[in-house]
Amino acid sequence: MRTAFPVLSVVAVILALWYAACVPMNAQWARDQAARAGVELSATALVTDTLAQQRPRLPAPHQVAAELWNTTWVEERHGRRGLWNTGTLSNRSLIYHGWVTLSATLLGFAIGTGLGILLAVGIVHNRAMDLSVMPWAIASQTIPILALAPMIIVVLNAVGITGLIPKAIISAYLSFFPVVVGMVKGLRAPEAMQLDLLKTYSASEAQTFFRLRLPASMPYLFASLKVGIAAALVGAIVAELPTGAVAGLGARLLAGSYFGQTLQIWSALVAAAIIAAGMVGLIGIAQRITLGRMGMAR
Amino acid sequence: MSAPQVSASGTDRRQAGPGKVGAPAAILGGAVPASGGAQFWGMAAALLAAAALWLAADPAAAPALSALAWLLVAAVAAHMARAGRLALAPALLVVPLGLVVAAWTLAREAAAPAAPSFWLAVAAVWLGAWMTVVWLSELRPRHRGARRLLGLLAPILFGATLLWLWEAVVLGAGVPRVILPPPSVIAARIAASAPILWIDFVQTFVKGALSGFAIGCGAAILFAVLVDRSQFLKRGLLPVGNFVAALPIIGTAPIMVMWFGFDWPSKAAVVVAMVFFPMLVNTVQGLQASEPMQRDLMRTWSAGYWQTLWHLRLPAALPFIFNGLKICSTLALIGAIVAEFFGSPTRGMGFRISTEVGRLQLDMVWAEITVAAIAGSAFYGFWALLERQMTFWHPSQRGR
Amino acid sequence: MSAAEAPVIEAQRLNLVFETGDGQVHALKDVDLTVRKGDFVSFIGPSGCGKTTFLRVVADLEQPTSGSIRVNGMSPEAARKARAYGYVFQAAGLYPWRTIAGNVRLPLEIMGYPRADAGARVARALELVELTGFEKKYPWQLSGGMQQRASIARALAFDADILLMDEPFGALDEIVRDRLNEELLRLWHHTGKTIGFVTHSIPEAVYLSTRIVVMSPRPGRITDIIESPLPRDRPLDIRDTPEFIAVAHRVREGLRAGHSYD
Repeated sequence: MRTAFPVLSVVAVILALWYAACVPMNAQWARDQAARAGVELSATALVTDTLAQQRPRLPAPHQVAAELWNTTWVEERHGRRGLWNTGTLSNRSLIYHGWVTLSATLLGFAIGTGLGILLAVGIVHNRAMDLSVMPWAIASQTIPILALAPMIIVVLNAVGITGLIPKAIISAYLSFFPVVVGMVKGLRAPEAMQLDLLKTYSASEAQTFFRLRLPASMPYLFASLKVGIAAALVGAIVAELPTGAVAGLGARLLAGSYFGQTLQIWSALVAAAIIAAGMVGLIGIAQRITLGRMGMAR
Repeated sequence: MSAPQVSASGTDRRQAGPGKVGAPAAILGGAVPASGGAQFWGMAAALLAAAALWLAADPAAAPALSALAWLLVAAVAAHMARAGRLALAPALLVVPLGLVVAAWTLAREAAAPAAPSFWLAVAAVWLGAWMTVVWLSELRPRHRGARRLLGLLAPILFGATLLWLWEAVVLGAGVPRVILPPPSVIAARIAASAPILWIDFVQTFVKGALSGFAIGCGAAILFAVLVDRSQFLKRGLLPVGNFVAALPIIGTAPIMVMWFGFDWPSKAAVVVAMVFFPMLVNTVQGLQASEPMQRDLMRTWSAGYWQTLWHLRLPAALPFIFNGLKICSTLALIGAIVAEFFGSPTRGMGFRISTEVGRLQLDMVWAEITVAAIAGSAFYGFWALLERQMTFWHPSQRGR
Repeated sequence: MSAAEAPVIEAQRLNLVFETGDGQVHALKDVDLTVRKGDFVSFIGPSGCGKTTFLRVVADLEQPTSGSIRVNGMSPEAARKARAYGYVFQAAGLYPWRTIAGNVRLPLEIMGYPRADAGARVARALELVELTGFEKKYPWQLSGGMQQRASIARALAFDADILLMDEPFGALDEIVRDRLNEELLRLWHHTGKTIGFVTHSIPEAVYLSTRIVVMSPRPGRITDIIESPLPRDRPLDIRDTPEFIAVAHRVREGLRAGHSYD
């Protein structure tokens, strides 16, 4: 509760600034229209017009919310191609597009995280891998690997792999490296004293791993999972850009920018934000439960 | 670790079972942990088989065979050195030399669709390289410089082997260039297209990423200093900032292109949007990092707000600020490149990547990616170096 | 009353109540205390007895709920602004990004001393704590005892009349603590400063002080004020004399009395 009020105030201020920005951003178009129609715009008329344009340069928050509502519930419930009328998700609804992106994100995230944990285990237990692979894993975080995305999509298309898999691959390698680096750090988190203690019990390598290293790595794992899922989502969205994909949030962004449909862009953006927040939130809940059970919660 | 978990390790030791961890490590590394023996025998067997197949199929394959003979001699020398019958240092020179000669010959040999003997030889070189890395990793040099050299040598050897493997596999398997060009072709493309790459670099990195990075990070630091005076704002902004930092801000690119046009200002705007919140969150946290005792001390000297900020809180915040700068340095380049996918003038790294992908000129795409990788890690490295200079006193920097 | 005889610290019916999550904590209750110029006053008592809180009130780091307190005849805030005292915390709290000399110079920079004067003062302060030659070292390159000496030099550098020390040697081992106690006495002799010293070591309090203030917790209050009969000149082995043991005994009795109705 101590933070709820300040956070809500900050959000309110941001919304207020957003509304305030709508007026100057959209005023030009409103004046042009008025001039064309030969009418004089009063100040109030100007403000109401800037908050209710068809293709505003900056849509007002309520317009984005309405667009979100129309392209989710209204489209599925009443739309000709909606869930209620056809039994399948409408290809005009953001639920459909969001799911296309989300499924690729989740698949890629699962692959990337699994492989990342495996590699981290290898690096921690094998000095040769630590010396030779680890520097590359760290360096890979400093380079814009996202730039590889269009090429991977096109090349995989050329060899006949299309749809979900190429996007998932990009998501996978974007979430892979944060997990590797975080997990290596986590598996090395136990202090020398704790490791020595297990040594005095003559614990085996496996026992040390499962009773000390793995539990100790959990906070690091969850931290990198949050980074990883955010990266995976960005990967999936960017992966939808280059081939002119017809489905997915990235496709909605691209189509919106081609046809100047700002409301479509903004609603896709907000949908992406909701998905990202939801995924990070879910991982946060899992983190709280896991760490709570292990007695590591703060 | 809590006490019950530790005491439990005695009771159900049998259930855990040994080697559960060793197994994945062994598969990943292709190695029996802490020994080059397995690689050696694997390499020797692969070499002998390759030589036999080669002799049977094509007696005229003299260059390849001589290279293999080199490698075999090197391997035996290395093995003897390990057994203590030869000095280690010369063996460590001979083995990489043998590897290089064999690798070079094999890569030239690979023009034709390759025979099984070729793949066996490739496998042998891979095993040999890995064996060398294992040996290197077993060295524990006492001298600091030698340790640093080792820390460079192992990843370089690993990277070079990967590059060579890429070259050999692409050539040997006859992978079409429109799918994966070999490194040699990419290198040739970089050399041939240097002027274009430079123009793209200036457009995307210098104009787009750098200016956006400077504006975004600068504004975030200033804003953080202002926000820092209000407990209320800090409490409200930190969660919001953390939330926004996890969002796919890169999606604002089409909006920015609409607002700021096709040229670099729209890219810089995307970068500003991407770096602002991570930088803000880091700086605000950093400004809280000074200890209460040190702030009390400042108070007993009746130091003013700005004196406390300048002498205590900003220095204490530096590790956080640098962390933010390092994160943002990678975000900036990503933002500038991806924003160009939504429209740009006919130059820029993102523009080049998307158009050359469309024309299936993948060597040019890889050339741009190489430049982006170098620029990205150099930019990051710049901040890491500056960090080491300026936060030499921080425990995380002292150990080095 | 002449200026020399005016009390340096004068507290009357001083009360301080903290509001915490689970109710009020009476950190100081009806504290009356007068500290004369040149006194070495120790505050001793179990944790929670308010000894640190009292020092912090003197330093204007906490505000009393009621009662009056004067430092050098001024309010604590005015005294702080007049830079009337140097404060030494339990931890050295040196800034890791500044050298030892830089740390000692920091308060002088903040107070706007001219550069040359500051340099001379730094050198003199470091000489007083026997750290000459370590100017260019960083704090993390020195031992704990040397760091604490540097923090004392930092409190001495601007020559305030009052030195407030909050368990300055609490984190050090006994051998180092003995040496620093001796040095502190020598320094007090040299400079004639008034020293307020918080500790929970009975021998330390008896060895150092001219007056020992015994405090007890819940509510934090003064239970006894002991005037030390020991001479001002004190070698380390004074701790084996009957007089010393008698004072220590009285302090121990006072501490026990404070606990009697817990």
